[in-house]
Amino acid sequence: MVAKRIIPCLDVDAGRVVKGIQFQHLKDAGDPVQQARRYRDEGADELVFLDITASVEKRKTLVEMVQKVARTLDIPFTVGGGIRTLDDARAILSSGADKISVNTAAVQRPEFIAELADMFGTQCVVLAIDAKRRLGRGNRRAETGERAANVESDIAREASPTGDPEVWFEVYTYGGRRPTGRDALAWAAEAERLGAGELLVTSIDRDGTETGYDVDLLAALAARVNLPIIASGGCGRPEHIYEAFVRGRADAALAASIFHFHRYPIPVVKRFLRQRGIEVRP
Amino acid sequence: MMTRILILDYGVGNLFSLMSAIQREGAEPLIRQEIPPDPCFDGLILPGVGHFTPVSERLRRMRSAIDEVIERGTPILGVCLGMQVLFDRSEEGPGQGLGLIPGAVVRLPDSVKIPHMGWNRLHLVRSNPLLHGVPQGAWVYFVHSFYPQPEDESVVLARAEHGVSFPAVVGRDRIFGTQFHPEKSGEAGSLMLKNFLRLCRG
Repeated sequence: MVAKRIIPCLDVDAGRVVKGIQFQHLKDAGDPVQQARRYRDEGADELVFLDITASVEKRKTLVEMVQKVARTLDIPFTVGGGIRTLDDARAILSSGADKISVNTAAVQRPEFIAELADMFGTQCVVLAIDAKRRLGRGNRRAETGERAANVESDIAREASPTGDPEVWFEVYTYGGRRPTGRDALAWAAEAERLGAGELLVTSIDRDGTETGYDVDLLAALAARVNLPIIASGGCGRPEHIYEAFVRGRADAALAASIFHFHRYPIPVVKRFLRQRGIEVRP
Repeated sequence: MMTRILILDYGVGNLFSLMSAIQREGAEPLIRQEIPPDPCFDGLILPGVGHFTPVSERLRRMRSAIDEVIERGTPILGVCLGMQVLFDRSEEGPGQGLGLIPGAVVRLPDSVKIPHMGWNRLHLVRSNPLLHGVPQGAWVYFVHSFYPQPEDESVVLARAEHGVSFPAVVGRDRIFGTQFHPEKSGEAGSLMLKNFLRLCRG
């Protein structure tokens, strides 16, 4: 049986690792290559680097960083953030990343997912979905004009993911800053059809709060698509990862702060999970 | 002289990790889009990127060069898709594989998540120099939606399970294939690459 994966996330700005809290306030936490190595040695199953570099000219730094990481790392890693074209993806993948994750560019032009899958293979394409709980099914239309036509059909198709008919999950772009009016469940299903190989699902409500993943969101997505799902946003304790795997049916758990400040080293988290019957790689 | 490993580039790119892994094991990777006629390399790796149809087409054009590599006794390692093209055909798409190992490549069952992505355990079924020192139950990293079904069970060196028990390592003479990515499989992967390099040295 495939093991549940533990994935530390490193937010990168101009080649340095920073830590995201609610996507906006950042603290410095070190050198990417050293961090990557340390996590690998501690038993991380994969790594995710999210590039939050704003300026285009500094994106060259990212490619150099990816190469340095790939030279030393013998476990898989994903790079996301600001990938908008096939050339952006090619630069990252040919530098040694195993997967790229896309969000904004895919929401704006869903065919981008199909183009990436055709060019590099489904297994390279991670769709990042940043989602936020919304109250009031009727609000769904008002948010933005982006792909308004699809939004109508989303409303008709979706049952309530939480049991509360008023609650739904809205997809956000631009690092969690811009609402799109899209329903996260319908978007996940469309992405699967287009050729996404995996979903990286971040709850904007929980991100940085350390109160646990949004298990309702994860479980609703797991019921909807047959893709591997990485839970993200809200991890503060090993129990949260257990909940994401058992109740949320996630395949992998991504976290940052609990690892970065060494509060719960990876072996501690894995022992916790193993003791509760979750299969993890030692 | 340093062991030289030819990594065949199908034009899809994304060979950096494999190249880095070969370097980490102390050998010299050569990346080429064609197989050079002179025996300037000690081993050949068919990497695991791309789609069955275009890759098998491209490889079939190099058929005579590949046959020469085999005749010289140079070891070949197919990784992931590079393993699948060693077989006759695939449900992934039309096209004829190299047919070096008889059998077909089929899709994983829909009862499990596809792609099979992540770390899974090897169940070793036959001893082979490629698996020397690899412990029973070793963890390796998989990313695939298809798997091979060899006609002859004796080519299967190790199996893994994801909805179905499938061949994870195959070998026939000096032709090998792994359905997982040894270059991304931590210690067990590194051990298998070392073993492959040892075979390449003779």
